[in-house]
Amino acid sequence: MPIVTIARLTFLEALRRRILLAAFLLGVAFLALYAFGFSQMHDQIMANNAASQMYATLLKSGMDNFLTLAGLYAVNFLALAMGALVSADTLAGEISSGTIQSLVTKPVRRAEIVLGKWLGFAGLLALYLVLMVGGVMAVAYVFDGYVVPNVVSGVALIYLEALLVMTVTLACSSTFSTLATGGVIFGLYGIAFIGGWVEQFGALLQNSAAINLGIVSSLIIPSEALWRRAAYEMTPPLAQAMGMSFSGPMLTVSVPSTLMIGYAVGYLAVALALGVRAFARRDL
Amino acid sequence: MSLAIHTTNLRKVFDENIAVRGLTLQVEPGEVFGFLGPNGAGKTTSIKMLLGLVAPTAGSATLLGAPLGDRTARARIGFLPEHFRFHDWLTANEFLRVHGQLYGMSAARVRARVPELLDLVKLTPFRDKQLCTFSKGMLQRIGLAQALLNDPALVFLDEPTSGLDPVGRRLVRDIIRDLRARGTTIFLNSHLLSEVEITCDRVAFIKHGEVMRVSELKTLVTGATSVTVRAHGLTPAALAGLSAWSKDVRADGDQVTLTVADEAALPAINRYLVAQNVAVFALTPQHLSLEDLFIQIVGTDGGL
Repeated sequence: MPIVTIARLTFLEALRRRILLAAFLLGVAFLALYAFGFSQMHDQIMANNAASQMYATLLKSGMDNFLTLAGLYAVNFLALAMGALVSADTLAGEISSGTIQSLVTKPVRRAEIVLGKWLGFAGLLALYLVLMVGGVMAVAYVFDGYVVPNVVSGVALIYLEALLVMTVTLACSSTFSTLATGGVIFGLYGIAFIGGWVEQFGALLQNSAAINLGIVSSLIIPSEALWRRAAYEMTPPLAQAMGMSFSGPMLTVSVPSTLMIGYAVGYLAVALALGVRAFARRDL
Repeated sequence: MSLAIHTTNLRKVFDENIAVRGLTLQVEPGEVFGFLGPNGAGKTTSIKMLLGLVAPTAGSATLLGAPLGDRTARARIGFLPEHFRFHDWLTANEFLRVHGQLYGMSAARVRARVPELLDLVKLTPFRDKQLCTFSKGMLQRIGLAQALLNDPALVFLDEPTSGLDPVGRRLVRDIIRDLRARGTTIFLNSHLLSEVEITCDRVAFIKHGEVMRVSELKTLVTGATSVTVRAHGLTPAALAGLSAWSKDVRADGDQVTLTVADEAALPAINRYLVAQNVAVFALTPQHLSLEDLFIQIVGTDGGL
C-alpha cells in the first residue's frame, strides 16, 4: 500500500528531523509551567475563601473549568501551529528540492502521495493532542479531581480544527511555495481569529451586522468557530445557561451551530480534494 | 516485442516557451540508447514527459508498449534523476526498502534485493549511515541502486556519471554493460561523449526539442576516414600521386592530411610512399569522433 508507505515516511521524517522531539520537549515545558500556574491560583483562591465553604466549592469548579479551558486554548493554538508548520513545506519543499521526482515516478498515484502525507500528519497531530490535552486535563484532575464535561466531543472538535488547518496548508503546499503557503495560512488564521472577536462583541452588544461578519469569517475558514464550539461543549451546563462559556480569554456568547461543524468537515474534504487535484496536474 | 520507447511528436510548451518542439523517437528493446544535445535542447523535459513528471502539451508516447503513466509499466521502469536528491534522513538500507515498497515489490523480494544492490554499488559498509552523510558520488551510486531495485526492463539514467570519480565511472560503465547483457533497455542522457561512445549502441542528437539525427555508433567508426601522414622527403610528384586514393590532399611541411574511402587503403598508401623514397614516420587514421559529429550536427552555437 503506497499510502501507508508514504504515511510512515512522513512520520519517520518528523522523528528523524527532531520535529517530534522538539514538540515533545516544549510540550512538557508548557505542561510544567501550566501545572505550576494552576497550583498557585488554586492555593490562592482556596486561602482567600476558606470562610465560606459553599462559596469556595462553587468558585473552585468555575475556576477549574476556566483554567482547564485556558490551558486547552493554548494547546489548541499550538496544535494549529504544529499542523501548519509541519505540512507547509512537505509538498512545496519536496518539489523544489527534487526529492519528489523519485517518488512520483514509482508505480504510485500522485493522489496516494498527498493522502499518505495527510495520514502521516493526522497521526502526528493525534499523538501531539493526546500528550498535550491529556497533560492539561491531568493537571486539573491531579490538583482538584476536576474533569471537564464532554471531553470526547470537545477534544474531537479540537482535533478537527487542527486537521482542518493542516489540510488547508497541505493543499496550498501542492501549488504554492513554502513561504507563500505560510503567508496564506496565517492570513486565514488572522481572519478567523479577528472574525471570532467581532462576532462575540456583536453578540454582547446585540449588533447583528457584527455577528454576521463573524459568521462570514467562519465561512472563509471555520477553524476558530470549531474551537469556540469545543470550549462551549466543555463548559458545565449551568455556566452555559448563564452565558459564561469562556473560550480562552474570550467569553463565547454566540455559539457556533452544529451546521458549522458540518461545514468544517465539508471544507476539509473539499480542501483535500483540491490539493490532490492540483498536485496531480502539476508539472514537477 | 513492442518498442521500449516510442514517441510521436511529443511536444511541451511552457507558457510562451517551446521546450520540446516535437520528439519522435524509437528505442528498441535491449539497446543502450544515448540521448545527446546541447544544454537547453529539451533533453531533461523530454525525459520528464516520458516519466510522467511533466504532462506533454501534444503528441503521444508509449513505454514498454503501454501509454505514459501506466502503473504496470512503471513498475518495470527505473529512473536515476539528474540531481539525485533523496530523503537524506534515511539510511541507505531504509532508503532502498522504502523505494522497494513504492515499486510494489513484495516484502520478501525487497529483503532479497536490497543487500544485492548495496553490494552492486559497493555501499554495503555504509548501509546504516544516513544519506546526509554521503558524498555526491555515494549519493549517485545509491540513486543508481534505487533505479535498479525492481530489476527493470527499461532504465532512464540522467547524467549517471556526472558526480563520480574515475573509479565510480568505471563501476557505472560495468553496471551498464551487465544490464545490457541481461537485455535491459537503457536510455542514457549524458554530456560525457566519451562515456556515451563506449557504452551506447545508438545515439540521438537533439536540438531545439527535435531529433536531428539518430546514428548507430558502429557506423560512426567505419566509412570515410581522415588520415594524417607524417613523412620526410615528400616531393610534389609523390604528393600528386596520392590523389589516386584521395581527392582532398593537404600538405603542410612534413604533415599531410588526406581523406580515404576506407581504412583498407592505408597499406597501399604506405607501400606507394616507400616506393617513392619517402621516409614514413607515422600514418594515423583519424576516426570521426562522437564529439566531431556532435559539433557537426548540433553546431557550435550550442543550439541557442
